[in-house]
Amino acid sequence: MKRHTPPSPRRLATVLAFVLVCGTAVLAPAHAAGTIASPAAEAAPLVGTAPLAQRFTLSNGMTLIVRPDRRAPTVAHMLWVRVGSMDEVSGTSGVAHVLEHMLFKGTPSLAPGEFSRRMAALGARENAFTSREATAYHQQLPSNQLEAVMRLEADRFANNQWADDEFVREMAVVKEERRQRTEESPRARMFEAFSAMSFQAHPYRRPIIGWMSDLDAMTPQDVRDFYRRWYMPSNAAVVIAGDVDVAQVRALAEKIYGPIPARAAPARKPQDEPVQTGPRRMEYRALVDQALVVLGYKAPRWTGGDAPSDQDALALTVLSAVLDGYSGARLDRALVQGLPGQRIADSAGASYGLMGRGPQQFLLTAVPAAGVTPAAAEAALKAELQRVARDGIGPAELKRVITQWTAGEVYQLDSVFNQARELGSYWINGMGIDTGDKLMARLRTVTPAQVQSVAQRYFSDEQLTTAVLVPDPSKRPAVAPDRPRPALGRH
Amino acid sequence: MNRSLKSLAASVVLLAFTSAAQAAIPIQHWTHASGARVYLVPSPSIPMLDVQINVDGGSRRDRALQAGLASATAGLLLAEVAAQPGQPALDENQLGEAWADLGAQFGASASGDRFSVSLRTLTEPDLLRDAVALAARQLAAPAWPERIWQRDRERTIAALVEAENRPGTHAARAFDAAVYGSHPYGFDTLPATLNAISVADMRDFYRRHMAACRAQVSLVGAIDRAQADRIVDQFMTAIAPNGCVALPLVAQVAPLTAAVDRRIPFNAAQAQVQIGQPGFVRSDPDFFPLIVGNHILGGGGFTSRLTSEVREKRGLSYSVYSYFAPGLHAGAFQIGLTTRPDQADQAVAVAREVLQRFVREGPTEAELQAAKDNLVNGFALRIDSNRKLLDNVANIAWNGLPLNYLDDWTERVQRVSLADIQRAFSRVLQPERMATVVVGGRP
Repeated sequence: MKRHTPPSPRRLATVLAFVLVCGTAVLAPAHAAGTIASPAAEAAPLVGTAPLAQRFTLSNGMTLIVRPDRRAPTVAHMLWVRVGSMDEVSGTSGVAHVLEHMLFKGTPSLAPGEFSRRMAALGARENAFTSREATAYHQQLPSNQLEAVMRLEADRFANNQWADDEFVREMAVVKEERRQRTEESPRARMFEAFSAMSFQAHPYRRPIIGWMSDLDAMTPQDVRDFYRRWYMPSNAAVVIAGDVDVAQVRALAEKIYGPIPARAAPARKPQDEPVQTGPRRMEYRALVDQALVVLGYKAPRWTGGDAPSDQDALALTVLSAVLDGYSGARLDRALVQGLPGQRIADSAGASYGLMGRGPQQFLLTAVPAAGVTPAAAEAALKAELQRVARDGIGPAELKRVITQWTAGEVYQLDSVFNQARELGSYWINGMGIDTGDKLMARLRTVTPAQVQSVAQRYFSDEQLTTAVLVPDPSKRPAVAPDRPRPALGRH
Repeated sequence: MNRSLKSLAASVVLLAFTSAAQAAIPIQHWTHASGARVYLVPSPSIPMLDVQINVDGGSRRDRALQAGLASATAGLLLAEVAAQPGQPALDENQLGEAWADLGAQFGASASGDRFSVSLRTLTEPDLLRDAVALAARQLAAPAWPERIWQRDRERTIAALVEAENRPGTHAARAFDAAVYGSHPYGFDTLPATLNAISVADMRDFYRRHMAACRAQVSLVGAIDRAQADRIVDQFMTAIAPNGCVALPLVAQVAPLTAAVDRRIPFNAAQAQVQIGQPGFVRSDPDFFPLIVGNHILGGGGFTSRLTSEVREKRGLSYSVYSYFAPGLHAGAFQIGLTTRPDQADQAVAVAREVLQRFVREGPTEAELQAAKDNLVNGFALRIDSNRKLLDNVANIAWNGLPLNYLDDWTERVQRVSLADIQRAFSRVLQPERMATVVVGGRP
């Protein structure tokens, strides 16, 4: 279904692989029926008002963030741990996500599965996800059950415990998850390989779900060691949004989470990505009919500060919206609509991470139209960048993008869960609760000249990694599917 | 963007619905002069408005040879606006820019039963006025551009061809064919059926189905009754030229007369397993026992029997579920899961055993209580945002439910007994006569 939609602020932080509904930059949940967690929305509390969120530090070093919203008698409660796949080591990739699964498997006072049974009885909806940078456990609940939910979450955060055979069973489930998300999807596999080429030193190179070989080799002790190493109060934040009183919640959090013993968080190795000094290129050959082209350019990260690279990051965000922020934006117009009889792509997109604990990339993607080569699609994507570099953008385009984001800020108020999620992700990135407001305000300072300037500076081949998913008929299996393939229409 | 947006800070007002004396959702309802039925829930705390128009024009109205017509119509409806007296045409880019500049969203889609049009807009007066006017133009004067249909059809066909590489496509096709037979719910959109659809067909489909006399308009947001009236009036005036053409009856889904077993070879990382049969229609008097029962069987997520047996105890699957899809016709009941190919037979056996035992014996008292606790205690989560309010209101409208449906909802869940569930499931499900489809299994 075509839809005229604004590039809601979540595009600001879209991570690699959300572009074409394929690979996952955020692994969903311990028990979703295959759904992928939605991208973190980035909008903040009301523009121009005092921040509605408040932040505290508990006596044991755990962070507490509270954002009251009394529209409805429900609450979103999240526990964020600043550990994700980027904190793993080679050989045990995927352990952060496995641990997320094992957090549901018991404590000294709860049998495996009992956590979820109790949550369900309270009327809570609950789940968890793991990303490159974080692991988050979340519940949505009626506000009169907040204390019970907090007690359950605090207990498993502090006292996770399970027998080895629980681990063995759950590893089978995790492998099915990998099969479902990755092995089954040529595009997902391609993105996995693309990440590993884009980042050579930085742990962003590894998949969140983990390489299958590492999953096969994982041991219960790997998971217990990881838990012990990273799950301490100073490395975690509780984020609560909804029908709550700040003072009461703070007292409750101190009472329930506060007693968890403080421990020092381990030092992290920087694993800086060396500067890329030349183009990289790969093919991924698979059983597909449609090719896919991905161009990844190394880009700066927004830190919330005042460095020139911060302003560049904001300008890059605007650029991605100008290219792909609404129906009929530049990539849509040039590649998908194309000139009569000369469509380049069936779909095309741009995305840019903006924020993250690790290095960022600006991505351009295209699915070439039938009869169009990947090389032609690549050239067309680059031509759009060159056009901005050469001719700049118009003030109307810039205004349109800001309008969409501003409207998105308002629509975003409708979801208390999204607000909690956003506050948590700012904390993960080491930024404050006013980040949303600050981001919107800074975005408004971006000028057309700045957008043109970043288009000129960040898109040379030196910073480029290219991946092409190539249809390879030789990969067709000997056993044919049951029905003959439908005939292709011709126009 | 208008500065008045910044004053929204002052407008935070509680949505008053926590008092026991008040309705769970206070729905205002009236009938417009055109016959359209209107449902309004004022929600003043955020300066936004969601509108949804639903009509009888879903894919069940397709013809088999033109499967995909309703969806294609919804897609092309959005493309361009024709010139009207005093107003210029808007091509796809002018239209895209116009919506973006309003910070508003306009969409259309077709499900099995419904043809839906939606608008999301801010309620700052100028923006609201312009967004409603533009939406009315889209409803009144779609341009049905041939060249855009050619383009979108090519793109869709390319995606369909690509989808043939995925085992799930084959599983869904085989399952739908087995369960629905020739009923429209099972129609398969294919390149051939899309190639049989012309712009004239879509124009005709739209005119026949987008009728004010049958329309249901739901509105949730920061507007009052008078504003809602004006908005509905503009929209219904826009579609008045479509008239009120009578629509033919669509047959009900026939029950299966014998079990069906399809094993389809496929080279994949996982086997796809789907087991099911026609379910029940939405108006079935056992609606509550059936959904509570399904919550226990496989709809309640982590605490369900299927998850417990297939995933937790045996590690066979990451995702396993059961669902009913009650509509105007008996949408499918389905148990679905994916698993490693060499485990497919075992997974089928476990799923069948769980289902048979459930239909034969029903849930336990403890399971029933747990399901009720979850559904009743979690009720507030069903209505705590404008988006959820809209979906609930549209559902009440579409299914002809009483306006106070949500007031009684938790009580009706509480009233469900073990006997109710056993009776309902025995009547509706026949495990010995189900369709089983496995794609990519390896013995």
